Amino acid sequence: MICPKCQKQVRDSVNFCPYCQEKINTSASYTPSTRRSAILTKGLIRENPVLIFLLGMCPALAVSTQASSAIGMGAATTFVLIGSNTAIALLRRVIPDKVRIPCYIVLIAGFVTLVQMVVEAYAYTLYQALGIFLPLIAVNCIIFARAEGFAKKNTVLDSVLDAIGMGAGFTLALLAIASIREILGSGTWFGFELPVLATENIPIFTMAPGGFAVFGLLIAVVNKVSRGKAVKRKEFGCAGCPSASTCGKGGVKNGC
Amino acid sequence: MDVKALIVIMMSAVLVNNYVLSQFLGICPFLGASKELKSSVGMGFAVIFVMLLATTATWPIQTYLLERNGLGYLQTVVFILIIAALVQLVEIVLRKYVPTLYTSLGVYLPLMATNCAILGVTIANIQKEHLYLEAVVNALGAGLGFLLAMVIFSGIREHTENADPPPSFKGIPVTLFSAAILSLAFFGFSGVIENMFGS
Repeated sequence: MICPKCQKQVRDSVNFCPYCQEKINTSASYTPSTRRSAILTKGLIRENPVLIFLLGMCPALAVSTQASSAIGMGAATTFVLIGSNTAIALLRRVIPDKVRIPCYIVLIAGFVTLVQMVVEAYAYTLYQALGIFLPLIAVNCIIFARAEGFAKKNTVLDSVLDAIGMGAGFTLALLAIASIREILGSGTWFGFELPVLATENIPIFTMAPGGFAVFGLLIAVVNKVSRGKAVKRKEFGCAGCPSASTCGKGGVKNGC
Repeated sequence: MDVKALIVIMMSAVLVNNYVLSQFLGICPFLGASKELKSSVGMGFAVIFVMLLATTATWPIQTYLLERNGLGYLQTVVFILIIAALVQLVEIVLRKYVPTLYTSLGVYLPLMATNCAILGVTIANIQKEHLYLEAVVNALGAGLGFLLAMVIFSGIREHTENADPPPSFKGIPVTLFSAAILSLAFFGFSGVIENMFGS
């Protein structure tokens, strides 16, 4: 359920938004289909996991040197996200609250192993391009954040839609970073050589410093476009992270 | 096994292939905990500690238990569970017997279970087919490299926090740009090993 006034996620059962006290008409204004489409599309731009919530930064920086590997990484992560969200939503009444984090870890790691074996068997060039970041999908904060923040308290269908939306948002962000880096850094896009740029490329963009700089620039653009709206992100920052409470205790406020 | 090979692995992990600045592992704690020198040092030592422990535990399990029985594909599941269990164990032991260390490192320990640098190092050690001692030295080097990057970066951030960038660049973007410049500085180390040891 999303509050129509302040756009915050609120529980389905409430009659008033706990953030802005706006009355929420659960029956009239939000039919199931609009609510579902909101769940599906929110991950793309408005709640983009990488550019807005700054989750999963390691793969976003590391495998974004080529647009094709960015798509591959996005697809692999989306698959794991759909699998883990489905499994966790199905088992949400079975898993005891106290041991939920280890349970989630095993479920997620299981799906990651599955993806690893499929990619190694059928897309070996992608397997080599992703390298160590393929098994590391298991510790991608996005997957934990969606398990902890969404799948454990929503139905299976909603969780799958959420996973598809968030996975698509992750892929989109990765593709954006990778396109900039590949076009400027190697003068190609999806492997196709571009005129002028192919001979006048700037290799630093494909290297580590270029990754940091392009990512920083994209976040600055998002800040500029969304203006005031991005401010609330800083408090939210890693609220979806399973270690959020510990983070706050250690005086670590944002970035997770 | 000669000492030279170990020094090369160590130097490579600390400077040339720094896990944070050139391999993008452990970016989250690198950006999250580097606001103050105190928290960055605490996080750095916690990472070194857990990395060493995790490598000493996972390498024999992978080599003598999983691969002997044809279960190598269970690597990801087993490693992540071992790391999570180890972190819990260390936390309990520290809280009981070394409370002073617990107060300085304790808060960072639960974060280690989802730190991709830890899992990354343990998996990289297997993928690169390091011997046991090499794997431990590589883990130590990776940890030290992380600490080095954290300490340098917290110094830079103390300045950028007081700087006055354009509004859109405040916070994370300006931090990422500082990281880009620091990572550029670490480029200066490439070729150091070839020139020093001629390999």
